[in-house]
Amino acid sequence: MRLTFWERLDLAARAVFPFLVTLLMVLISAMPLRVPELSTIMPPLALVSVCYWSIYRPDLLPLWGVFAIGLLQDLLSGGPIGVATLTLISVHALVLWQRRLFVTASFPMVWCGFMVLAAAALGLMWLLTCLGMLTFVSPRPLLFQYILTVAAYPCFSWLMTQGQRVFRPVD
Amino acid sequence: MKYLDGPSSRVLAPLKFWAPRFAFALLVAATLALMVMGRFNSAIVERARAVVMDGVTPVLDVISRPVDAMADVMASIEDLSELRADNAALRQENARLKTWQAAAMHLEGENQALRELLKLVPDPTLRFISARVVGDPGGAFVRSVLVNAGSDHGVRLGQAAITGDGLAGRISQAGRHSARLLLITDINSRVPVTVGSRRNRGVLGGDNTETPRLLYLDPEVTVVPGDRVVTSGHGGAFPPGIPVGVVSEVSELGVRVRPVVDLRRIEFVRLLDYVHLPTDEAPAEGLDAAAKEIGATPQTAAPQTATAGGQR
Repeated sequence: MRLTFWERLDLAARAVFPFLVTLLMVLISAMPLRVPELSTIMPPLALVSVCYWSIYRPDLLPLWGVFAIGLLQDLLSGGPIGVATLTLISVHALVLWQRRLFVTASFPMVWCGFMVLAAAALGLMWLLTCLGMLTFVSPRPLLFQYILTVAAYPCFSWLMTQGQRVFRPVD
Repeated sequence: MKYLDGPSSRVLAPLKFWAPRFAFALLVAATLALMVMGRFNSAIVERARAVVMDGVTPVLDVISRPVDAMADVMASIEDLSELRADNAALRQENARLKTWQAAAMHLEGENQALRELLKLVPDPTLRFISARVVGDPGGAFVRSVLVNAGSDHGVRLGQAAITGDGLAGRISQAGRHSARLLLITDINSRVPVTVGSRRNRGVLGGDNTETPRLLYLDPEVTVVPGDRVVTSGHGGAFPPGIPVGVVSEVSELGVRVRPVVDLRRIEFVRLLDYVHLPTDEAPAEGLDAAAKEIGATPQTAAPQTATAGGQR
């Protein structure tokens, strides 16, 4: 069966949807909010997105895609390079390792799993930042950032599920 | 060639098992290599940062506009409720400033006369580059913002960024049409400053909190809360006399300074083109020497006091 140009474009759009959403998350995290306090505890939304897609469609957000997103985040943030990259690919690998658990679990269980993952990921980010800057960086913003990250998961998970329905890849 | 005819799973199964692990290990190794490269400020990494910044800034420029519009609406609602109080406060301040204006004019005249007497090299004329803050990508551990002006507009590494209130930070990276502005609260920020009316020297060092610390102060110097902190101009990166903050806390743990600029809400900044001058009669080396001289000799420090006092 030959596909028309628009059908191909449609297929391509569905295939790159998770990557583009994660990219958008990186940009949203970098937006100036002009709200005191919020900018320092803004949750790393790319982490939420990488977690979600690693659970549900790892085929559409493969390891190298996660690597590229992490690298972009690092180059954009102005902090030590490799912090987000290493954290995101580790999260991706961890989720894939326990994917069977995640896929079969109910949403509250997935959320609990995310809480553990996010704690590990933010901790790793802090550790790598200290290593990268070769100095002790105060971990104080982490607590509120963690709470916001955990709270962001259900919202963004719901949004991405809706998006996934619209852009469901044709198998 | 017999072994290839066998069930392909014998070849593929280990491959399927090992390929993702190998890919993961490879990317981890690549990241570690990048971390080391980034640590030593490799030119490739810096180039990549500039390219990403230039690529992302136009997008951020567009998507940050609705946010700014919202923030403006909120701010104007807040302002409306405080209009009367603001008006009264401004009248008072205006009256107070008028006396200062008279003092400043008097000092300026005196300053001019003294300068002529000393045949002092004139202060470099400043050129301003205005830029909008379009991104706040730092996250929890970095205090920096992106602005939408770059080397195409004359932005260079190390330029001071000010708002109407005072110093916000300095340019830590310049792309072609975007730049990264390291705020004075960032853990990597160090600004040579002078404190109080006696102009004691020190360095304002950020530590990612909202109130940076004063470092390398002379231990015999007494600093009290309320003392004003202004740039000293040492090192030649910043013009002297830009307001930076006010001493907010003095304890055994150190002296903390509250910046005069509300760093979390800055929308526009002006970048000071201080070192690189377009005028041909004052080349950069000459200016550097002049700046050093201004900093080194006590007699010529007096006009700077006048500048700081005039801006009070």
